[in-house]
Amino acid sequence: MDNSHLSSSQSIKKINWFEFSAPSRFYALTQKIIPLCWFMALSFGIAGLVIGLLYAPTDATQGDSYRIIFIHVPSAWMSMVLYTAMAFWAAIGLIFNARLAYRLSISIAPTGALMTFIALWTGALWGKPTWGTWWVWDARLTSELILLFLYIGYISLYQAIDDERKAAKAASLLAIIGVVNVPIIYFSVKWWNTLHQGATITITKAPSMESSMLLALLLMTVAFWAYAFATVFTRTNQTSLIEEHHADWVKSVLKPSKASS
Amino acid sequence: MTTQSNSNLKTRSSNFVILYSVFKRDIGLALTRKTDTLGAIFFFALIVSLFPLGIGSEPNLLRLIAPGVIWVSALLASMLSTNRLFNDDYQDGILEQLLLSPCPLELIVFTKILAHWCCTGLILLIASPILAIQFDMSSETILVLMMGLAIGTPILSCIGAIGSALTLGLKSSGALISLLALPLLIPVLILGTLAVGAVGSNVSFSVYLNLLAALCMLSIFFGPIASAAGLRIALD
Repeated sequence: MDNSHLSSSQSIKKINWFEFSAPSRFYALTQKIIPLCWFMALSFGIAGLVIGLLYAPTDATQGDSYRIIFIHVPSAWMSMVLYTAMAFWAAIGLIFNARLAYRLSISIAPTGALMTFIALWTGALWGKPTWGTWWVWDARLTSELILLFLYIGYISLYQAIDDERKAAKAASLLAIIGVVNVPIIYFSVKWWNTLHQGATITITKAPSMESSMLLALLLMTVAFWAYAFATVFTRTNQTSLIEEHHADWVKSVLKPSKASS
Repeated sequence: MTTQSNSNLKTRSSNFVILYSVFKRDIGLALTRKTDTLGAIFFFALIVSLFPLGIGSEPNLLRLIAPGVIWVSALLASMLSTNRLFNDDYQDGILEQLLLSPCPLELIVFTKILAHWCCTGLILLIASPILAIQFDMSSETILVLMMGLAIGTPILSCIGAIGSALTLGLKSSGALISLLALPLLIPVLILGTLAVGAVGSNVSFSVYLNLLAALCMLSIFFGPIASAAGLRIALD
């Protein structure tokens, strides 16, 4: 972790918005942040799980099965937040033609797909004891499933095109089209559901949440955010190192670690 | 002043000539390659006919699933044919010529989508009542189904064109186009089947057809723009 020489050698003259759009500066910054993110993800995650699984009271109606909420809700939130972030960086990439923005966008996708998958999986596990079924074609579930398909389409389009730059641009265009379509999908699925099913199952929370439950949920949410930052930054930096392996800054970054190992 | 308006008129008329020739060429190609054009229609009819074989021939059940089956099959048949929307022109270099032409690429893409719709969507629309009769649908539901298809199939062509542009020149583009476009087309499927489902109920089917028409307008406007952007990326 001896990258301090790198950031100090880059003379920072004034604060501008594109300061960290250079992969070298971004690398220097995030390599310091990543360990902190991992530390936060682990510590907040453990604290959240301990409070959520051991100290939070048993739910009056759902028993102990409700405790999956501490995984399910943060991952569902992250799945949506990450898709928006992915489309945002895709748009920034297309507007400013910034390679780092493309890389961020691409790096977000696997974590987002993972979060969507976890949300669906834990949702199924939660649905079995409470609703009596693994899967319901509810508006929320269906649109989350479609979100997973959108992530997979985005990743596979990027993988299918050999030219890195073209792949990033085409995938970014798809991400932006997808984000426009997400609300349309959500509402269409909602109308479709209400006609076919009527109001059978809605995810209604208890109006007042126990404070320890809320605390555990907040801790888990922070842990998921930190995890997402850590993996996204790591992936972005790896891509930077691979794609710019001829650049001087990559050589200067990789040399000390080679010598020590 | 007069020369400027004259030249404006000239570019406009030359644009029209380009667009007309693109349209004529695409229709002509579709008519020459009968196996491709008819293939999509027979694929549509075949998929629809597979459902009674797989599910059973109980008339009430068939009547219930008919709109969904016909819509899903139309989606699949449309995806099958969008594969070649830009790829042939890309392979023989015509697409690059079109990119260099003075006519805006968005208009050319729109014309190509229109030609594609005439060769697939329109024919699906004409074939659908025959298949609907096989499923014992009433004449009123068939009419709503056809209205839905008339409004909905242009959306399939527009979104399919985006998928086709994004996957231009790729070897395994067939499955990828479906993976990209079908999630975006789910609202069309839902609204189209809801409209048919609403015929017997107390909800007015025109609500869903209006929403579908709104989506159609949006995709006719944004589809060619997004496809043209995709083509520019691929041909960069």
